[in-house]
Amino acid sequence: MITIRKFYYGDIPEGTAGHAPAEKQDSPATDWPLWEVFIRSKQGLDHKHVGSLHAADAKMAIENARDVYTRRLEGVSIWVVESKQVHASSPQEAGELYEPSVDKIYRHPTFYNLPDEVNYM
Amino acid sequence: MDSSLFDFSLYVADSALVLGQRNGAWCGHGPVLEQDIAITNITLDLIGQARSFYQYAATLQGKGASEDSLAYCRGEREFKNCLLTETPNVDWAQTVLRQFLFSSFQCELFTDMQQDPNHTVSAIAEKSLKEVNYHCRWSGEWVERLGDGTPESHRRMSQALINLWPYTGELFKPASYEKAIGIDSAALQGRWMNRVQPVLEEATLSLGNLLHVYMHTGGKSGIHTEELGPLLAEMQYMQRMYPGCDW
Repeated sequence: MITIRKFYYGDIPEGTAGHAPAEKQDSPATDWPLWEVFIRSKQGLDHKHVGSLHAADAKMAIENARDVYTRRLEGVSIWVVESKQVHASSPQEAGELYEPSVDKIYRHPTFYNLPDEVNYM
Repeated sequence: MDSSLFDFSLYVADSALVLGQRNGAWCGHGPVLEQDIAITNITLDLIGQARSFYQYAATLQGKGASEDSLAYCRGEREFKNCLLTETPNVDWAQTVLRQFLFSSFQCELFTDMQQDPNHTVSAIAEKSLKEVNYHCRWSGEWVERLGDGTPESHRRMSQALINLWPYTGELFKPASYEKAIGIDSAALQGRWMNRVQPVLEEATLSLGNLLHVYMHTGGKSGIHTEELGPLLAEMQYMQRMYPGCDW
């Protein structure tokens, strides 16, 4: 029997996060999905993750995000994504995913000495 | 002093303050965390609107009047809030419906007030209109979700409509001070119905016989229901016990 583990919030397994496990077959209609909220500040260029909330649908999620996360003019644009649509890398795989890059300094542009003629590229 | 302008400012301020006080009872008791914050945000907006109009009324009255003396030291017979704002919370359905019916009205009233030649009135209306547009949108969506929801939510929302509709007529019966400063609230009724009816339809709520129900009045001239007394007693307690107190 293959057990598929889905990670709902970043890479925290749902067993410790307290959310409903993915193996559950029927979820009652009263369970509102969890949404991740991203806000772009007035001076910013990118939406930053600020937290999460429960809502019944996308419209309510945006309004809830507006009510909860923009009270102090933290932002002027809101993105909401259902948490189950966020796919995260597994912490156990961190070794094979990220460590090989540590000693490959030739991948940085500053590793190369440019001749003066093109130094200000 | 232009007493009509003073009375009108009090009417707008009192209505916002009383509804704010009503909504404030939900603080910490909302059905869901985000909705608890939503209703208290709306309450803060309402209290902000009330403060603006109380401050203006205080400058009109002079003689040492302040926003606090007007909010805390007047009794029921002096309060001019419309009766809809003092109706009890009962449950979430009635609370969001009350907000929707009142915010839709505020939308239309403030739109007209924006055109008022009085700069203070039009400036406060312009700022408040942005807040009120959100209140309308938020509460309207909840009316739809609960009306067209489960059998229980539909039952509660239908009951809320029966409870609240008889207090909507008063909104469009102008008091003498409204007419004196040129606000024709009777003319707002058509525009208000154009906002309210589509939402009620979407929420599968029908007005039916409610369209001919007896409409309660009196709030705008200080004649209130039995609800306002205890509400003011709680709200004004500290100022009455320790007059002039501050933190």
